[in-house]
Amino acid sequence: MTTSGASPRETWPLWEVFVRAGRGLSHVHAGSLHAPDADFALRNARDVYTRRSEGTSIWVVPADAITTSDPDSKGAFFESPAGKNYRHARYYTASEGVPHL
Amino acid sequence: MTTDVLIDEAAEQAAFDAIIEADSRIEPRDWMPEAYRKTLIRQISQHAHSEIIGMQPEGNWITRAPSLKRKAILMAKVQDEAGHGLYLYSAAQTLGITRDEMTDQLIAGRARYSSIFNYPTPTWADMGAIGWLVDGAAICNQVPLCRASYGPYGRAMVRICKEESFHQRQGFEILLTLMQGTPAQQRMAQDAVDRWYWPSLMMFGPPDDESPNSAQSMAWKIKRFSNDDLRQRFIGMLVPQAEVLGVTLPDPELRWDDDAQRWHTSEIDWTEFHEVLSGRGPMNVERIRHRRTAHEDGAWVREAAAEYARKQAGIRSLSDERRGGTRTAAGTEAAS
Amino acid sequence: MTDVYPDGQGTSSLRFDSQARSTTATPPVVERPRNEGDETSRPDVRDDAHGVVTVERVELSAELAGGEGRAATADVAEYALWLGDDALILSQQLGAWIARAPELEEDVALANIALDLLGHARSFLRYAGSYDDRTEDDLAYWREESEFRCAWLFQQPNGDFAQTIARQLAASVYLFELYTALQSSSDETLAAIAAKAVKEVEYHRDHAVQWTLRLAGGTDESRRRMIRAVGDVWPYVGELFRDEPLIDRLADVAVRPSALRPAFDAVIAAVFAEAELELPTAPMSSAGGRHGSHFPTLGYLIAEMQVLARQHPGATW
Repeated sequence: MTTSGASPRETWPLWEVFVRAGRGLSHVHAGSLHAPDADFALRNARDVYTRRSEGTSIWVVPADAITTSDPDSKGAFFESPAGKNYRHARYYTASEGVPHL
Repeated sequence: MTTDVLIDEAAEQAAFDAIIEADSRIEPRDWMPEAYRKTLIRQISQHAHSEIIGMQPEGNWITRAPSLKRKAILMAKVQDEAGHGLYLYSAAQTLGITRDEMTDQLIAGRARYSSIFNYPTPTWADMGAIGWLVDGAAICNQVPLCRASYGPYGRAMVRICKEESFHQRQGFEILLTLMQGTPAQQRMAQDAVDRWYWPSLMMFGPPDDESPNSAQSMAWKIKRFSNDDLRQRFIGMLVPQAEVLGVTLPDPELRWDDDAQRWHTSEIDWTEFHEVLSGRGPMNVERIRHRRTAHEDGAWVREAAAEYARKQAGIRSLSDERRGGTRTAAGTEAAS
Repeated sequence: MTDVYPDGQGTSSLRFDSQARSTTATPPVVERPRNEGDETSRPDVRDDAHGVVTVERVELSAELAGGEGRAATADVAEYALWLGDDALILSQQLGAWIARAPELEEDVALANIALDLLGHARSFLRYAGSYDDRTEDDLAYWREESEFRCAWLFQQPNGDFAQTIARQLAASVYLFELYTALQSSSDETLAAIAAKAVKEVEYHRDHAVQWTLRLAGGTDESRRRMIRAVGDVWPYVGELFRDEPLIDRLADVAVRPSALRPAFDAVIAAVFAEAELELPTAPMSSAGGRHGSHFPTLGYLIAEMQVLARQHPGATW
C-alpha cells in the first residue's frame, strides 16, 4: 500500500520529503511536493521546506515507493506492549540501587 | 469476499468518535466518515487556494516597492505564501485528491478561496493593511487550527503559523512608518485601513447561526471557535495596535461594552460579503484569470520536464537491463 | 518603536484560551504567555504537543554582507556599482515571475534566486554609496537610466520561461566565475560579499543548468523555444568579458573580465554538449552598459522600480 495522494494521473509525480534538522537528530516527514524527477524533487524540497534553517539533510522519495502499514490491521500488525512489562528495566526491582545496573 | 464487507462500520465510527473526543489525531489512512473526508478536502483545499491567490494582490507591489529592504521583505512574504499553499495542497492530497484536480477546480471556478483577496491593492499602504489586518485575521483563524483533528492539516498549520508570525509584523511596521511619515503617507495609510478593515472582519464569516457548516465542523474539531468569537478576539487585538499606529478604525460605534463583555460594533454589511462571494467583487474574475494564465502558459514547461524525466528513466532502465541488475527503490539523498 | 505586544518582548506564544476574558472594567487583552528560551523549563506551559505557536528567539545575522566599510576611492565605488546594478536588475526581472511561474514550486525557486540577488545588490550598492554618503536606496531609486552600469545581458527581457532560463544560464555561470575570483580581491569588503554570494550563485547556476537540460531535452516545443532563447540572449554574452580602463586602474581590487572567459566557455561547452545545443555564431552586440548606454527595456524597468519612491521625495518607507 502506498502513501495517500500518489496518483499516476499527474504530470509531475508526488514526492514525500523528510528533513533532518541537525546532527544527532533523525529525518522527520515534512510534507510532500511535486517534481518531474529526483533532482528537482530535492531542489524543490530545499526551497520549500528549509527556507529558515541551514545544515539540514533532505531525503525525497517518490510517494508510490513508500509501503505503509495497513491501519485496518493495526491490532494484529503492531504487537501490543501490554502484558510484556519484562521488556522494561523498571520490572526488575531487585536490581534497584545496585551500582552500574 | 472483500475485506470491505467485513468492516464493521459502527465499530469504525465509534473508534473515530473516540479519537475526536480524546482530542487526538486522525491520520491519513484511518477510517473516517465520508462527510468528514469531503469537508476536510473542501476546507484544506480552500485554504491552499487562498494562499496562492493571495500572492497576487501583494505580488502587485514587488517591482515597485519603495525601498530595497521592503522589496526583499515583500518578496519573502509572497514566497512564503506559495510555500504555505504547497504545504496545504500536500495535506489535502493525503485525503485522496490530487494537486492537478484541485488546480482544475480553482481555475474552473468550482472551488472557493478567501474572498478577501477579491479586492485590489491600489497603493503601497495596502501592503501594510493586508499584513496587519488580513494576516492578523488569518492568524486568529489559523492558530486554533494547529489543533485540528486531522493530523496532516494540524501539522501544516503549525508550520504555517511559525512562518506567518513575521507577516503581520511587517504589515504593521509598514503602516507605522507611513503614519510617522509625510502627510501624504499618513493619508495613504488611513485610506488603506478604511478600505481593508470591514472586509477583514468579514473574513471570520457570517454570524454562526447563519453559517451552515459551522456546527458540524466544530463537532469534528476541524473548527475550534465560533466565527463571532474569533471576530471579537480579533477586534480586541486591533484596538491597542491601532492606537500605537495612530490610525482610526473606521467604525464610529466601536466601543467596549462592559455589561455584555464584548466589543460593540456597527452592523456589518453582509450584503457586500455575499456579493463578493458570489463573484461580483472587483477582482474575482481577474484572480482566476491570472492563475489560469500562469497555469496554461506553464503547461509546455511542465510537459518538458515530465518528458525529460521519462526519457531519463527509459535510458536508466535500458542500461540497468544491459548490466543485468534491477532498479533499486528510487530515493535520493542530499546532505550538507 | 513601541512594541505592541503587551508582554513587551518579541517572543510570545499565541494561544487562545476560553478563559482569556477578564471580568474587570477595562477591555480584555488576549493573553500571550511569554516563552523564554527552552519551553520545557516552564512547568506551567500546557503540554500541548500539537499547537503551541511561538515566535522563535533566533540570533539574527547581519542583513548585508561585507560589513560597514567605506569605499576607499571613486574607482572602487564605481566598480561596486557595476556589480550591484547587474544583481539588482536581474533580481528585479525575476521578481516579475512571482505568481506567474510554470509551477508553484518554481515560484518558490525563482523567488529564492531573486532574493539572493537582491541581497548581493544591496551589499554592493551600500558599499558603492559609502564613498559619497549615498544609501543603497539613493542609488536604486534616484539615479537616472544613464547612471546605471549594468551589462546588457541582465537587461534582456523575461520573455517566455526558456528566455529567462537562457539568460539565467549565462548570468549564473558568469557570476559564479566572477565571485569565485572576487573572493581574492585585495578589497576586503568586495571579497567578503563575494564569499557569501558565490555559494548562492552556485545554486542559481545549478538551477539554470537543470532547466536548460530539461527544456533542451524535453519536448519538441521546449527544445525549439530553448534554441531560440539561447540565440536571442547570446549576443549579449560578449560584453561580460570586455576589459575596461577602470579594470586596469583597479589592479588587484577588481576581477579582469577577460580572465573569466575560459572557465565560462568550459562550463557552457559541457552544458551545451549534454543538452545537445549549439553555441550561437551570431556577432556580439557592442552593448554599452558599463558606460550608461542601455538596452531599450531598461528605461521601463527602472521607471516601474522607481515610480513610487519618486512620488514622495524625502519620504522614509
